Parts: sequence; C-alpha cells; structure tokens
Amino acid sequence: MKKVNLICIGCPLGCPLTVEMEGDQVLSVTGNTCKNGDKYARKEMTNPTRVITSTVRVTGGKLAMVSVKTASDVPKGKIFDCVKALKDVDIPAPVHMGQVIVADIAGTGVPVIATKNVDAC
Amino acid sequence: MKEYDLVIIGGGPAGLAAAVAARNAGVESILILERDNELGGILNQCIHSGFGLHTFQEELTGPEYAGRFIDQVKQLQIPYKLKTMVLDLAPDKTVTAMNAEDGLFQIHPKAVILAMGCRERPRGALNIPGFRPAGIYTAGTAQRLVNMEGYLPGRNVVILGSGDIGLIMARRMTLEGAKVHVVAELMPYSGGLKRNIVQCLDDFGIPLKLSHTVVDIQGKERVEGITLARVENGKPIPGTEEHYPCDTLLLSCGLIPENELSRSAGVTINPVTNGPAVNESLETSIPGVFAAGNVLHVHDLVDYVSEEAAAAGVHAARYILQGQSPAGNEIPIRCEGGVRYTVPVSIRPQELEADAVVPLRFRVGNVYQNKRIVVYAGETQIFQRKARVLAPGEMETVNLKASVLQEHGDAPEILVKLEDA
Amino acid sequence: MYDVIIIGAGVSGCAIARELSRKKGKILVVERAEDVCCGTSKANSAIVHAGYDAKHGTLMAKLNVQGSRMMPGLAKELDFHYENNGSLVVMMSEEDRPALMALYENGLKNGVEQLQILERDALRAMEPNISDNAVAALYAPTGAIVCPFGLTFALAENAAKNGVQFQFDSEVTDVQKIDGGWKVVTAKGTLETKAVVNAAGVYADKIHNMVSSETMTITPRRGDYFLLDRATQGFVKNTIFQLPGKYGKGVLVAPTVHGNTIVGPTAIDIEDKDGTATTQAGLDDVRSKSGIAVKNLPLRQTITSFAGLRAHEARHEFFIGEIAPGFVDCAAIESPGLSSAPAIGVMVADIVGGILHLEDNPNFDGTRKGILDPKALSPEAHAALIRENPAYGNVICRCETITEGEIVDAIHRTPGARSLDGVKRRTRAGMGRCQGGFCSPRVMEILSRELGIPMDQVTKSGGNSKLIVGTNKDSL
Repeated sequence: MKKVNLICIGCPLGCPLTVEMEGDQVLSVTGNTCKNGDKYARKEMTNPTRVITSTVRVTGGKLAMVSVKTASDVPKGKIFDCVKALKDVDIPAPVHMGQVIVADIAGTGVPVIATKNVDAC
Repeated sequence: MKEYDLVIIGGGPAGLAAAVAARNAGVESILILERDNELGGILNQCIHSGFGLHTFQEELTGPEYAGRFIDQVKQLQIPYKLKTMVLDLAPDKTVTAMNAEDGLFQIHPKAVILAMGCRERPRGALNIPGFRPAGIYTAGTAQRLVNMEGYLPGRNVVILGSGDIGLIMARRMTLEGAKVHVVAELMPYSGGLKRNIVQCLDDFGIPLKLSHTVVDIQGKERVEGITLARVENGKPIPGTEEHYPCDTLLLSCGLIPENELSRSAGVTINPVTNGPAVNESLETSIPGVFAAGNVLHVHDLVDYVSEEAAAAGVHAARYILQGQSPAGNEIPIRCEGGVRYTVPVSIRPQELEADAVVPLRFRVGNVYQNKRIVVYAGETQIFQRKARVLAPGEMETVNLKASVLQEHGDAPEILVKLEDA
Repeated sequence: MYDVIIIGAGVSGCAIARELSRKKGKILVVERAEDVCCGTSKANSAIVHAGYDAKHGTLMAKLNVQGSRMMPGLAKELDFHYENNGSLVVMMSEEDRPALMALYENGLKNGVEQLQILERDALRAMEPNISDNAVAALYAPTGAIVCPFGLTFALAENAAKNGVQFQFDSEVTDVQKIDGGWKVVTAKGTLETKAVVNAAGVYADKIHNMVSSETMTITPRRGDYFLLDRATQGFVKNTIFQLPGKYGKGVLVAPTVHGNTIVGPTAIDIEDKDGTATTQAGLDDVRSKSGIAVKNLPLRQTITSFAGLRAHEARHEFFIGEIAPGFVDCAAIESPGLSSAPAIGVMVADIVGGILHLEDNPNFDGTRKGILDPKALSPEAHAALIRENPAYGNVICRCETITEGEIVDAIHRTPGARSLDGVKRRTRAGMGRCQGGFCSPRVMEILSRELGIPMDQVTKSGGNSKLIVGTNKDSL
C-alpha cells in the first residue's frame, strides 16, 4: 500500500488530500471537505483530466481572438494534442458563446466551444 | 448630457453586479461608465475557468462569468457608455467624463458607486535593478496580448510573483508554445490559490522558487536574461545568484486599487488596502459614494466581488430612494493579531435590517495554522471560528448577525483578531 | 555635400541644429539611436541650474548662466514645459557655513541674480518638508525645472521646420578629412560635409579621437534615480540640493514639471557607454541619502527607477571649439549641460558660422507648437476639439489621461515617434503610475496602424527591442 498526497483542484479551497493506493486501486481518500474531493482524488490517481481553455483566431470580427474551452474535461495527457489541434482553426464572426468550434478535439470525443460572443465588424 | 440618479464608474464584475442589484432594488435611472471597448472588465482576458462556483454553482471561464452579468444588464436595459473615461469625481459627486462620441460631459448623480478595479504593480515600483529593455511585462499586460490579441510577448519566460495571475500566465504561455523556466516568489509562501499551483505549475513541471527574487535584468534592447537570488528577511543573499537566459520577464507582484478618482473626490482611503474606508453599507466617507470590488480591496475570487457589489447596489438604491441615513452610533472596527485590515471599517448597527448579515472581509499578514478567528464587541466575544490554515493569498469572511450587533449597539469598538485554537 | 553634419541628436546637437537653421545651409543631424533624445538628454535631473555651482571663470559657468537666462523665453517660443520653481542648497551643519558662503560668492561672481541666504525659519516656512536638521540654505529664485524631452523635441522639431534633416539608426563609425571638408561614415552610408559638429555625448571621445591625435576620454558617470507618483506633487516646491559637507554629498529632491518628484542621482563612473542599468547598490545609495535634506520622503510611491549617464571628462569643463579645420567639438557636456543647452547652441552655431560664412535664412521661423494638450483647454474648447477630431476623446493612457489624438500627433511630427518610448517621451503615455501596463498594447496598435508596420515590428526603443515575438501557438 502507498500513500499519495494531492491538493484538490475542485474549488479554491484547495483541500490537502491523502490517497491510499494498492496497485492502481484507490483504497481511501481523506482530507477532503466535500464529495468532489473524493471524486477528484480517485480520478486523479486513475485517469487524470483537465478542462482546457485556449484561444482561436476570428476572421471578420470586432475582436481578433475568441476564447474557447473543452466542453468537459479531457485526459491530462492529451492537453498539448488538443491545443495543437486548435492551431490552424479560424472561425468566422459572428461567434456565439457556447458555439461548437471543433466537434471532437484530438480524438477525445469532447467538443471545443466558444466562451465569448464576438460580433462581426 | 442626460442626468442619472446613479452613476457606476466601471463596467467590470463589480460595476455590473452593482447595476443589476440597484435596478432590482428600484433605481430606474442608472448609467455605467466603462473605459474599455466592452463590458466585463478584466474578466474578458481571464479566459481560464474557475469562476462562479459560489454564484452559479458551476465552473465558468471569465468571459462566461462576465457574460451572465452582461446579459442581465442588457435585459434590464441599464444604459452604459463604453470607451468612456471618467476624468474627475468632485466632492459634490459631479462626474466629469469623456469619450469620442459625447465629448466632454458632466453628470450630477444622487449616488455614485466606485467600481474601477485595480492595476498591477509595475517593475518600477518593485525597484528591480538592471536594464530596462523590451520584454518586461506585467502578467496582466501579457495576458491581454495573448488572450485578446493573439500575440506572444516572448518565448522563454521567467515569472516573478506567484499571485494567481502569475500562475495562470505560466500555464497560458506554456499552452501557447512558450517555455516558462521558473516562477520566483519573494515570500516564503505563494500568493496564489493552491489549485493554481497544481494545475498551472505542477501539471507542466514548472518549478516554483519560494523566497527568491530577481536581482538583475540583462539585455539592452530585449531581455536576454535575469538573475535570481534567494531572499532572507527581505534581502537577497550574496552567493545565491542563479542566471536564467530568457527573453521575457513577467511580473505578478501585487495589485493596487485604482483610487485616483476617489482621492480627487476627497474619499478617505484606508492606507492598508489602498481602497476607500467604508461602513457596513459600503459607503465611503462621502455620503452617497459607495465602493465595491477590487477598488475597495483586492479580492481573490470574483464571486465575492459580485456579492459585495450587489450589496453596494442595494445600499446605493436605499440612499437614492430614502435619502441619507440620520446620524447614529458608528462602531469602529479594529484588527490585530495577524489580521491586516477589515472591510468595512465601521458598523452602524441601527442601519441594519433585523435579519441582515454583515460580511466582514479581511486578510491576514502571514501564513497561520490552527488559529481561531475571534470577534469582540467591546469586551464580549460575539463570533469565533476555527481556521486550520490562513494565508495572505486568501480573503476570509466572517458573517456577523445584525441581531447580535444591535445587542451590542453601544460597544466602543469591534475587534477582529486571531487567537490560538 | 552637406554644409554641416551634426553628430548626435541629444539636447546639445538639437540646440546647435536649431541655431544653425537661422542660416541658409544643408544641415544634417546623424544619430545612432532611433530617435531624438535617447542618451544623456533623456535621463537626468531635469533641472535648469541657476549657475552658482560651476566655478567662476569657466566656460561651464558662463554657458550655464546664459542658458538659464535664455530658457524661459525659449520655452515660450518653442512651447515646452518649463517652471521657474527656485532652488535651495541646504546646509545641514553650522560648520559647513564657509562652504555655503563660498557657493554664494561664486554665484554672485557668475552673475546669478537674486541669490540669498535663508536661515532656518525662513527655510522651513518655504519648504515644510525640509529636514529638522537643516540650518540654512542658499536660495536661488532663478533655479528652474524643465521637461528634458520636451526641450529636446522642441529644438529638433523647430530645426526640422527650418530645413534641418535628421537621420537615425546611423552610428558614425569613421570621420575622415577630404578636400574641402569631411567624410562621415555611418551605419547607413557615407556622407560628405564641409563641417562636422561632434555632439555625441558619452561617445564624443570616440568621434574626437577619429580626427585628433590629442586624445580625449569621456567617462560615463552613471546616475541612478527614483521617480515618484504625481500624488506626491507639492512635497517640495523648490529643487532641494544638499550642500556637500559633514553629512557627505547628498542627492537632490525636486518636483518635475509634470508633478512627479524626482530623487537622485548617484555618481558612479563606469566603462560601458550604454551601461544604463541600475544596480541594487546604486538604488540603495539614493535611498539612504534621500532623507538627509528632507523628511518623510514618500519613497514608497516610487513608480520607476532609472539610470542615466553623464559625459564626464577629467577637467570637468565643457570642451567646445574647432579642433581641426571645419571640425568642431562640443564635448564633455556633463551637468549643467541641459541648463546650458540654449547657450551651447548659440556658441557652436557662431563657431560654425565663422567657418562657413553662411547667409541668413530669410524664412527662419523660431516658433513651434508642442503636441496639443487637451487638458490645458477650456471645457468649451476641449469639447469643440473632440467634436472636430473624436480621437481626442479616446483616452489611451489612463494614468496620464493621454488621448489617441495626442499619440497620432506625436507619430506624425518631424522627427516623429517610431516606438513606444518615442510616444512616451513625447506624450507621456505610459509615463504614469502603471508604467504602460494598460496602454502599451493600445499604443503598439496605434504605432502599427499609423506607421503601416506589423505588430511584431513595433519596438520599445528601436533596434532589436521588439515587443512581440510571434503569434499564439506558432511554434506548436
């Protein structure tokens, strides 16, 4: 059995978590102050994921860039693949908050959506 | 120029929440003055997620969070002017402002809400020796260039200051293709949220060097490198210098509330926060002038900005609709034992509705473990809470009940302090 | 072939150019930097010395007093910021009185008007923040402060208006005698001229030594400074010097014409002629000396620190004269060089005029209007200006309230701003308490638009000082 210390990233509280592991099995999570902490720790130890935020170029808009995010979390190991897949994306204005920019980013099955409105100029 | 009952200076998170709350509390005539070319303030460039867990119970990006409030302002048809700079606020609340469309104009509102936000401490104010080449940016300036305009200010980056903007920019620069070599922090602890150290530094293997600072900047035209040194008691230790070749130095070394207008109006400023000294109604020393958000004191979470600003909006509405409160007992709030300041700095118990709660916000001056936050009214303890960890990077809130405050309405002072648990 | 090539577009070179433009001639100023006012002229105490300090009988003393007398008139003609605030040399110990009296006597001999000795009470009444230990002071009502950028740009623009040409990014690498004049080799090509003026500041020795066997050595003498927020306006009214004496040599504390407070300088001799890096020791030195002559100096309100280099020569005397036929030195112009600049311009122009016998320029116009400051207008005129040109309603620099209109004006002047620093020194955009944090991306956009260059070519101060290195994800 081994113990792993984590900081929960679920909210700004940043609870210090202790995870007891047997191989790749999570035996227990302690230190969390809510159930999200338990969920985070189990996921972090088995399949860590992150929400990625980035920017995409806009053509013909009042702003040059639109901010985007993955609609849900993606595997941590795929972060750079996702960002690279956004490199050559150009989106014509107008862009609406929530609009799907890329339907399936880097084969994760997760769409990338706009997080801001950009009007056409 | 048309006259308005309430002028809100600043259309960022504080100004937007204040406007919505004031309208919902019955103020018809409101104008928001915003200096940038869109509403939302600094949130527009904070494209990372992590906003709104308290307010909306979901994790939003900065533009999404701002969007929720912008939508409300538009639905309520609250007028606003963009690219409009307020040049002066007079003691009689006359607002002088300017933009390209309306030119120079004045408004004489019944009440004003200060919501100008804050600015970053620049290199010059940090007294970092060395050359002054291109490539030295505050983290927020770099954030604007990258997130709003799509320009990379550098490829090999050192960041000084581990406040949240510095940590967030370490990740942003990395994800846009730059190499962040190190984040240095003068203090022995980070000024940022723990989650940001995990997901902005640890995730990308970026080292955080606590008790370190930049002691030299090389490069005459563009930054060519910087020298870090370990710091003890605020002084760099000779012999601990390490050289980092880099083309960019980002600074995230503190935020300063932007109170030049408040000062010109004659508002009393709290020297600790650099923000106005306000009472329980978030009213400054000038009756009818209220303040909320980072102009009042620097917040760690925008959710608290919105909450505070909404309260300022409600209080401003009451001032406009019911007039100035009669003079009454005003209990000063004092802080000691690690508590650096409080907002508000005084409470008028008779002003409070019976079921009201006064949030007392404060920050501590150091990292503390196993303490109790204790509040006294005169000699009587009226609140206490255990605090496992307290850090300067995190704002604390204590909610005081109106009924308790009114019970001690003749107390000479309210004292907030940390005691051993 | 040029009639005159002036090497160096600092305050001396520009003053000489402007005076020479009273004559008909083909005059060129060559400058190694990208703009006017990039060396000693940009980083100094911004003081117009009354003239009591320079030793009586020296050229320095003569030109200082003359320059100081010319400055108010010039400020009106050329529309730059000048303020006759007065200066005080404060004595901290009774035993230093002989030195104070010596300074007073020297000033009288130099012809400085209205000098007087103020005793403790009068001094305190005049400057409430003077140190409690101050005993007496030499008061020079003719002491003044000036915007060194404003002065230099005004001289340059007026020279350009009267036909002087400017060539930047043109470091002079060689000067050779040719028939009837000189060949000047620059980074941008070789030029020929009948006469050369060497006004190259800390590099004046290098230029001098290209033509003279009597070599000269200019030592860059670094001065570190603090500049405080405009919120400190009124901390002192006069320029406060400390009389060197029992408590050592102090630093000056002075208001600037724009309402900041300046504190400094150090005096550190260095080798590097571009060594304008501040050092921890230098800044600490200023900090420790700053509190001697004044009390409660709010150094916490520092918005920037910087260092400038004075062109020091061992004799501590201006070196002005024709050293070879048609080659005129204007070298070793250290403090009080800024104060003396108007007089230096006249003197050097006279020398060159004597060599070339140039005719008067009948079209000479000695006036120039500075960049329009909308804040100085009446509310009605201000409103009318914005109606006419809405760019004057668009505030770019929040801290100093500088509009797009002013920035565009600065870019399209001759010589005009081509960089962030060029805009900053002309308009004050980025000069305030946030030091360009908010406005620099917007000024960069305006520079890119007005100069027709891409954003990644916009620089902080010319050369390789590029502000943007690429676009998002371009290396992924």
